[in-house]
Amino acid sequence: MQLTQLTIDAARSSIQERTTTALALAEAHYAHIQKEDGQIGAYLTLCKERALEQADRIDRMAAEGKPLPSLGGVPVGIKDVMSTRGVRTTAGSKILGHYIPPYDCTAVARMEAAGAVVLGKTNCDEFAMGSSNENSAFGPVHNPRDPSRVPGGSSGGSAAAVAADMAVVALGSDTGGSIRQPASFCGVVGLMPTYGRVSRYGLIAFASSLDHIGPLSKTVKDAAIVLRAIAGRDPMDATSADLPVPDYAAEIEKPVRGLRLGVAKEYFGEGLDGEVRHAVESAIDKLKSLGCEIVPVSLPHTPYAIPTYYLIATAEASSNLARYDGVRYSYRAAGVKSLSEMYRRSRDEGFGAEVKRRIMLGTYALSAGYYDAYYLKAQKVRTLLTRDFEEAFRKVDAIVTPTSPTAAFRLGEKSNDPLAMYLADIYTVTADLAGIPGISIPCGETKEKLPIGLQILGKHFDESTILRVAHAYEQAA
Amino acid sequence: MKVTEKDVAYVADLANLDLTAEERSGMVRDLNSILDYVERLNELDTSNVAPMAQVSDRYGVDESTQGSGRFAYASREDVVEGLRKSLSQEVALQNAPDADGTFFRVPKVIER
Repeated sequence: MQLTQLTIDAARSSIQERTTTALALAEAHYAHIQKEDGQIGAYLTLCKERALEQADRIDRMAAEGKPLPSLGGVPVGIKDVMSTRGVRTTAGSKILGHYIPPYDCTAVARMEAAGAVVLGKTNCDEFAMGSSNENSAFGPVHNPRDPSRVPGGSSGGSAAAVAADMAVVALGSDTGGSIRQPASFCGVVGLMPTYGRVSRYGLIAFASSLDHIGPLSKTVKDAAIVLRAIAGRDPMDATSADLPVPDYAAEIEKPVRGLRLGVAKEYFGEGLDGEVRHAVESAIDKLKSLGCEIVPVSLPHTPYAIPTYYLIATAEASSNLARYDGVRYSYRAAGVKSLSEMYRRSRDEGFGAEVKRRIMLGTYALSAGYYDAYYLKAQKVRTLLTRDFEEAFRKVDAIVTPTSPTAAFRLGEKSNDPLAMYLADIYTVTADLAGIPGISIPCGETKEKLPIGLQILGKHFDESTILRVAHAYEQAA
Repeated sequence: MKVTEKDVAYVADLANLDLTAEERSGMVRDLNSILDYVERLNELDTSNVAPMAQVSDRYGVDESTQGSGRFAYASREDVVEGLRKSLSQEVALQNAPDADGTFFRVPKVIER
C-alpha cells in the first residue's frame, strides 16, 4: 500500500514498528501535494519546517521504543480558519492575507500533542462563508473526483486534501454544514461534534453560537480517533463542556442491532435529487438489514431552518467581523487620510462579496426597528427547531438523512445566486442550530461517479452512537 | 421592495463599509431576495416561545442549578495571567499594519 493511502492506525503502527518513518510519511505527502495540488488547490500554506520537526520527534520516540500517541506521525491538514502559531492563517480572506497568529488553536495544539504532523493549512470559503469554496480570496478548490465541480464548502480544501490522499485526516469547521457537505461532495467522512464538545479557542469566529471544529477522514474509525484527541473541556473556551470524553474508537465496535433510527419525511421532499434519494434509501435498507429498527419521525419545522440560520449566522458574523479594522492585525488600505476612511476602505478592499453581503444582512437584522422582526424571531424559531429534535430523540437513538440534496455541482453554477447557494445547506443547518452532532459518510455514487453522502444525526454529546452506526454501515457497504 | 438604496447606505454606514455604486445596487437586489425568503418565518406563531441565543445553557451544564450557577465549571480565580501569559508588547504589535514599537499607529483622529 502507498504511504499516502494509510489509515491512522496503519500509519502509526508502521512508524512504531519502524517499517516506515514519520519523516518518510510526511515527505511522501509533500511529494504528492507537489504533484497533484496544482490542479486541486486544496492547500493555501505549507509548513514543512514545523512538520518535519514534529516528524523527527515522533521518529525519535519510535527509535527509543516508546509507545506513540494516538496520532503519532500522522500527516494532517488544518483548515485555514484555525490559528497556528508562526504559520500564516488567512481564513481565506485578503483581510488576513498576511496574518501570523501568536498562538495555537486548542484543537491544533491537541492534534500535535497526540503526535499529528501538520502539513499545512487548507483552503476554504472566506471566513467559512460558503458552500462551494468559490468564495476563497485565494482561488477555488476543485473536486478531486471531477475538477469541473466544486468540492463543497466551506471546508472544501480539507475535504479535497483527504479525498486526494494529500492528508490522512484534516480538521474542518462546521457552522451550517461546512464539514459534512464537502465530505459528502468529495466522498470522505466528515464529523461535526456536539456544540461544546471541542474547544473553539483559536478558531477564527464566524458565528460563535454555531461554530464547531471536527475531523474529515477516510474512515469512520479515523474520525473517532481524531475526535477523542481534540475533545474535552478547555478553560480557554467557556462554552466547552466539562464532560468525560469516551474512547470513541472502542465505542464504534459495539453492535448496532436494536438501535432505533429515525427517518424524517421532511428530509426527503421537494428538491432532493432522485439519485441521492435512491442511494440514501438503499443505505437505510442496509442499516435495517444490520438489525436497526427504522422509525418514522417528524421534524415539522425543518422548512424554516434555512431562513433561521441565515438570520442568526449573519447577525453573529456582523458582530464578529467588526474586529477587522486595519489597526491591530488585518489589512489596511493605502493612502487613507482619516480614521473613518481607514476603517471603511480597509474593509471594502479586504472583504469579498459574500462576506460583505452577510455583514450587511446581519447588520440589517440587528438594526433598530428590525431586531424583533428578524433576529429575535429567528432565535424563537431556533427554539422550535431544537424542540423538534428533542421530541424525535425521545423515540429514536439517531436520525438518518441525506447530507445534501444533490451531488457536487459545477463551478460557477450557483455563484451568482446567493439564495440557491444557501439552499445547498438545507439538510445540514438544523443540526448546527440545535447543537447536536452529525456525521456524513459516503453511501454510493451517481451515474456520473460523483459521491453521495448519508448523514446521521445524534443526541447531544452522543457522538458514540452516530459513529457506531456510521462504522457499521461502512463495514457492511 | 423592503430594502431601498437609502436603507443599504444606512446599513453600510453602520457596518463601516462604503460599497461602490455597483455593489450597492447588487446589495439592494440580494437583500430583498433573501428577506423575501426569510418572510416565511412569520407563518409561525412564536408568541409563547422563548428565544434561544445559544446551546451551551441547555446541555452539558449542571441541571440541578439555575442561572449563572449552571456555568460554575467555567469560572476561575480572578488573577493576572490566570489562563495563559499575556502577549508581550512586541508580539502583540507584530501583525500591525503600522506601529512604532510601543503603540499601534493610525491616521489622525482630530483635525485642527
